[in-house]
Amino acid sequence: MKGLRIIVLAKQVPDTRNVGKDAMKADGTVNRAVLPAIFNPEDLNALELALRVKDEIPGTTVTILTMGPGRAAEIIREGLYRGADGGILLTDRAFAGSDTLATSYALCQAIKEMGKFDLIVAGRQAIDGDTAQVGPQVAEKLGINQITYVEAILQVEKSGIKVRRRLDNGVETVKAPLPLLLTVNSSAPDCRSRNAKLLMKYKHARTVTERQNAAEDYLYLYDSRPFLNIHEMTVNEIQSVPDQLGLTGSPTKVKRIENVILQAKDAKRLTAADEGINDLMKELIESHVIG
Amino acid sequence: MDNLFVYCEVEDGVVADVSLELLTKGRTLANELKCQLEAVIIGANLKDIEKQVIPYGADVVHIIDDPRLAPYTTAPHAAVLIKLFQEEKPQIALMGATPIGRDLGPRVSSALHSGLTADCTSLEIGDHEDKKAGKTYKNLLYQIRPAFGGNIIAWIINPDCRPQMATVREGVMRKQIINANYPSKVNHLEVSKYVSDTDFAVQIIERHLEKRKINIKGASIVVSGGYGVGSKENFKLLYELADVLGAEVGASRAAVDAGYAEHERQIGQTGITVRPKLYIACGISGQVQHRAGMEESAQIISINTDPDAPINSLADYVITGDISEIIPKMIRYYKQNTK
Repeated sequence: MKGLRIIVLAKQVPDTRNVGKDAMKADGTVNRAVLPAIFNPEDLNALELALRVKDEIPGTTVTILTMGPGRAAEIIREGLYRGADGGILLTDRAFAGSDTLATSYALCQAIKEMGKFDLIVAGRQAIDGDTAQVGPQVAEKLGINQITYVEAILQVEKSGIKVRRRLDNGVETVKAPLPLLLTVNSSAPDCRSRNAKLLMKYKHARTVTERQNAAEDYLYLYDSRPFLNIHEMTVNEIQSVPDQLGLTGSPTKVKRIENVILQAKDAKRLTAADEGINDLMKELIESHVIG
Repeated sequence: MDNLFVYCEVEDGVVADVSLELLTKGRTLANELKCQLEAVIIGANLKDIEKQVIPYGADVVHIIDDPRLAPYTTAPHAAVLIKLFQEEKPQIALMGATPIGRDLGPRVSSALHSGLTADCTSLEIGDHEDKKAGKTYKNLLYQIRPAFGGNIIAWIINPDCRPQMATVREGVMRKQIINANYPSKVNHLEVSKYVSDTDFAVQIIERHLEKRKINIKGASIVVSGGYGVGSKENFKLLYELADVLGAEVGASRAAVDAGYAEHERQIGQTGITVRPKLYIACGISGQVQHRAGMEESAQIISINTDPDAPINSLADYVITGDISEIIPKMIRYYKQNTK
């Protein structure tokens, strides 16, 4: 069968999984500087599923679409090193402050500029918000079907695609016609690692903004090797209604943010010494909390 | 108009606990707002299903019953809610933060351009003053949830768009019957008015559902481990203690992410909420996201090498030291002093 045109939706996120004590500043705001920015883990699972379709069906192309600040181009390069064919960075101040709905609107309008597609694959959720909303919201705005919680693509045919979903309480095998949007769980296979040849090929891939800061020595590359151009898409390149974008286009507002201040209880403090632990256990047994 | 809707999930003819919990919460909020509480049940073979939700105080139960509507697929359920919400214009719509609610909620919010907040740990009614616009909003839904890896708590509001939508995990709210014979109106909806044949393009070919093997929610004692446990190997100590005490083993998200424990054991905002009579936290630092799932435990013991671990502020007993030293001592004492 003919190759598929696949779009992978990905996000660069602060690594909130291993937040240390210095993650919060003294004034209670988040210290983003100490949190490394990473490829959202489930988006990597999504990329892997897309790349597996590409492995199987010749002529398939995989394009990464991400929305974020300039430095989010890093994850497009990460995708290229792993086998993606190209990437688009959707970036503009007009998108700042977007909630999930305004984000899905911007992504949807960008996708409409990208031409015909067969499949959109996204991570189920991003670790900085855990909302799992953007995938389904994009599908609704594009008017296509969605299958969430996917862990494997079992079969791709002209008439449609068969996938396995992993739910809290079991698995489902589901069939759907294309075009289609999938969101992928972490139970899907891990993403392949960087390929050394692709790393060499794409290490100078840059957006137009990044190129302004690139060393002179490499600038000649971008005319002769068009694949090194990471397409930077601004609000001017999409059709959009301004009041649907950014903070204005976001129905949810943050009313208040509270740093978590812990009021300590009057706890009994023990060490690993036998006596204290024996007393504690005795107390718990006598009060019938245990036993 | 302006009522509070709860989307109710049904599996095998039984309304999900999370939906009953939301009805209970919805009843309280509806009283405060002086509006009606309305349940929506979409599925197949739903005869008498209203009897399961009416005792929780639903003023109206909308039922749409068709063989094609179960098991759940996205498009037909979304089509029903989108059209029904356009007709009824609810001010608030709640659903479970389950695989179904998390699939359906964003779809509906996207179609209606209404705000949706995921995984709320608390819902309250309150006012909001927008100083910039010089506008005051009365009786908004405060959607309260930990954010940013649980380091902060955010109050989210949807000032202008309706319905104000939120999802809540199972176990976060408590279910409570208010009146077995609550006066209620049942409204059977006609499927053809809401769903078209093209909504059934996605087909479920096979389903294997497993009853949950791990019952942490119902356990009266939970032994829970965090990243500080250090390895999957060390987690065995927790299982030994749990085995002796007749407890279940839970885990923090960091421990699950590190592969020390299965996802089904995750306790916290994005996992399970527990209220056992004893919670033993081993090597858990105690981020808000975890605390949201266990802070209502009757008694809490924290075992941690860090005397200043945030979780210690919740604890009734703080044991500073290494679990590999402390847990065996607990097991030994217990075995020697009980029959």
